[in-house]
Amino acid sequence: MAIINLKINSKDYSIDVDPQMPLLWAIRDFVGLKGTKYGCGIAQCGACTVHLNGQPVRSCSLPVAAVANKNITTIEGLSDDNSHPIQKAWIEEQVPQCGYCQSGQIMAAAALLSKNASPNDADIDAAMQGHICRCGTYPRIKRAIKKASENKP
Amino acid sequence: MDIDTISRRKFLKLSGLTGVALTLGYYLPANAKEPKLITAFDAENRGIELNSWIYIDVLGKVTLYSHRAEMGQGVYQSIPQIIAEELHVDLDKVNIVFAPGDNVKYGNQITGGSSSIRGSYKNLLNLSATARVMLIKAASNKWNVSELECYAEDGHVIHKPSGKKLHYGELVLEASKLDIPKNVVLKKTSEYKLIRKPLQRQDTPLKTNGTAVFGIDKMIPGMLYAMVERNPRLRGKVKSFDATEALKIPGVKQVFIVRMGVFNTFREGVAVVADSVWAAMKGKKALKVDWDDTGFEHLNTEDIYRRMEEALQKDEGLSFVSKGDSNAIIKSAEKKIDVVYTTPYQSHSCMEPLNCIAHYQKDKIEIWGPIQAPEWVQDYISKELGIAREKVIVNMTFLGGGFGRKAFMDYPHEATMISKEINAPVQVIWSREDDATQGPYRPGISYRCQGVVANSEISAFKVSIAGQNNSHWRGGAKDIPNRSATEGFLKPYVDNIQNLSIVDIPFETPIPTMWWRSVYASTNGFAYESFMDELAAESAKDPITFRRTYLKDERSSELLDKLEEVSGWKNRTKGYGVAITECFGSTVGQIVKVSKNAENKIQIDQVWAVIDCGWYVNPDIIKAQVEGSIVMALGAATIHEITFKDGKTVQNNFNTYKMPRITDIPPIEVYIMENDADAGGVGEPGLPPFAPALTNAIFDLTGKRIRKLPFELAKV
Ligand code: FES
Ligand code: FES
Repeated sequence: MAIINLKINSKDYSIDVDPQMPLLWAIRDFVGLKGTKYGCGIAQCGACTVHLNGQPVRSCSLPVAAVANKNITTIEGLSDDNSHPIQKAWIEEQVPQCGYCQSGQIMAAAALLSKNASPNDADIDAAMQGHICRCGTYPRIKRAIKKASENKP
Repeated sequence: MDIDTISRRKFLKLSGLTGVALTLGYYLPANAKEPKLITAFDAENRGIELNSWIYIDVLGKVTLYSHRAEMGQGVYQSIPQIIAEELHVDLDKVNIVFAPGDNVKYGNQITGGSSSIRGSYKNLLNLSATARVMLIKAASNKWNVSELECYAEDGHVIHKPSGKKLHYGELVLEASKLDIPKNVVLKKTSEYKLIRKPLQRQDTPLKTNGTAVFGIDKMIPGMLYAMVERNPRLRGKVKSFDATEALKIPGVKQVFIVRMGVFNTFREGVAVVADSVWAAMKGKKALKVDWDDTGFEHLNTEDIYRRMEEALQKDEGLSFVSKGDSNAIIKSAEKKIDVVYTTPYQSHSCMEPLNCIAHYQKDKIEIWGPIQAPEWVQDYISKELGIAREKVIVNMTFLGGGFGRKAFMDYPHEATMISKEINAPVQVIWSREDDATQGPYRPGISYRCQGVVANSEISAFKVSIAGQNNSHWRGGAKDIPNRSATEGFLKPYVDNIQNLSIVDIPFETPIPTMWWRSVYASTNGFAYESFMDELAAESAKDPITFRRTYLKDERSSELLDKLEEVSGWKNRTKGYGVAITECFGSTVGQIVKVSKNAENKIQIDQVWAVIDCGWYVNPDIIKAQVEGSIVMALGAATIHEITFKDGKTVQNNFNTYKMPRITDIPPIEVYIMENDADAGGVGEPGLPPFAPALTNAIFDLTGKRIRKLPFELAKV
């Protein structure tokens, strides 16, 4: 066990945990933010995606010790009021069905948009193909990302 | 935000029931089939328990006490839309409170069979319209005017001549004492303002900011976590285990054998209880278990399908449909088609792995989790643990997918057994590997299809089915044919094909099986509609024209017209395939268009889907469900399957049980037929026609028949 300092959504947390514990479980069970989901544990589905210094990463496959003191953003930190352009587009296009994969999808889409203000189909495919949605919301995900890029000021 | 679930008693207390609110509900009179409407006032005087009800409080807020779990199909949205329409209130004035599992009071609570709206919409419309009429009556009494001069709008009753206006909340007390009016007239479809409009789902914002509480997110004070090492051989047992290393891991508290029910059988595992999920995971890894695999060592996919094939050739089974004399015609025909279609076992693989919280407290058990069938859980646990069923309280959370898997009692039972052993609340989380390798699965099924075409028409049609019957796991009789043998096959086909024979050949394996989205239609549809296409090709008729011979009824013909229209069928080039199936009260037709890409590989260019689900609420939710069904069908047809080797499931996570990705999805257009027929399901019927429409399109392009799923598009 070790004391690890985490910076999540601009807040500091200090937790006493196994340094090898994946960031996912630190966020969920020790910081108490449950929006980031467990889907596969082996970097295959994207449900656990958070931003590390603005980059989308798989929190299920990242030891918590490796991200100490770095800037982490989770779905809860994307906006206070569902106002991020991606969240707005997700609501407009009615993307979620069961919703379980959507935190990860949204974090990946938000990271894409911050790098590329108007992604084309190939850009969207490349950024999103690591994300599984068992409910099959892919057509709407595509539409929503395009909408968000148009809506962006 | 949580889905609210509160007990009935607490609700009645909170609501004051008769005091300051209008409460209208349904109850089932003794020996009656149809529920009856009653006011809470009346119910209390007569000592009747209400089944489900709406409640309008002094602030004009409307609450529906509902009994359906939300698992992605949009019930959360559709029910308020129905109530708001007939009650003339804003959508955001309507709340739903979910009832904990209790089938005595609420009737069938299973979220499955696409029944959420189907089973309840007429009652809901009537309930809401009746409340509105009573509120109008209350206002006219107060003003001493004729109710004909009054109307309801936006949660108010208005007296037209004088412009006087009262808020619903100001009328509930008066209204609650009135008799229930008879023959309340419901709106016509053309008068709807909310129903049939693509309104946004109310739960969407909770699912875009991470605040929707799924089962896995739920927390109870003092809760511990458990993971279970499970025998990789289906239904095997534990011989012995060594927990020395596991118990050294900080946070691991207890390790013991846990037994959980799989229908009428059991399976065993070793539970690791810890103070965090991660510690439980590590503890599970550190365990050494010696398994008792007796009876399951030699289970292999190849053997299973070889046995099916043998059974099909022997062709001795239970007759399900027998019309005319297909056997004799087939026997004496000079030319006949005799082919076998094969479909694989599949895992539900909901994105949210199975999980459940249980708190065993001697005289009471409380459960929280993503649960599709709360009343079954209640029944099962009450029976297994010998505790009165009203002492088993089942609370539902949001479900991260269900597809049939979460209508099963094994995981709540397991959580309960662990809680009982440790005497504390516990959340059991299944790893993705547990979820993928343990089943129950959709059964793999093989179909022998025999047919004869004469004068461009079907002169004999026979399908023999060899595959596991899900109902046998629940103790269903083995000497009667599978009731679902024609699920997916349109009723007009059954009615209009003269010489038709459907035979169910009993087939068993030790593999646990369970409903999977659209159940038997998901595999039947492939066999029936592919075979129909083979017969059409044999007849040299256009595949839609050929089907029209048997689908002459108005709804089927209109659906076929629409399919032709939206896909440009009549002016099509090569590479188009059609299929049409029916299940859960809805019919869906699909046309798939394929072509060869630059590398000479098959690619799917477009899917058109037309659904006839009768009366419906929200077109956007229906479209989303059909899109999702097509994606799921595409995975099951071209990407993944569950196979068994030496008694173990081969695929154990998304690297081996691969899923469709955003890159695999063609453009999909969904159309809805407009009519007022009884509401059919929308969550499942979009799935079955996809696979046969795709393989029929591949046949149209290449002349190659695909009779075994899954197949790789790139390898056709
Ligand atoms: S849970 Fe991390 S990628 Fe699936
Ligand atoms: S919305 Fe259910 S898994 Fe994506």
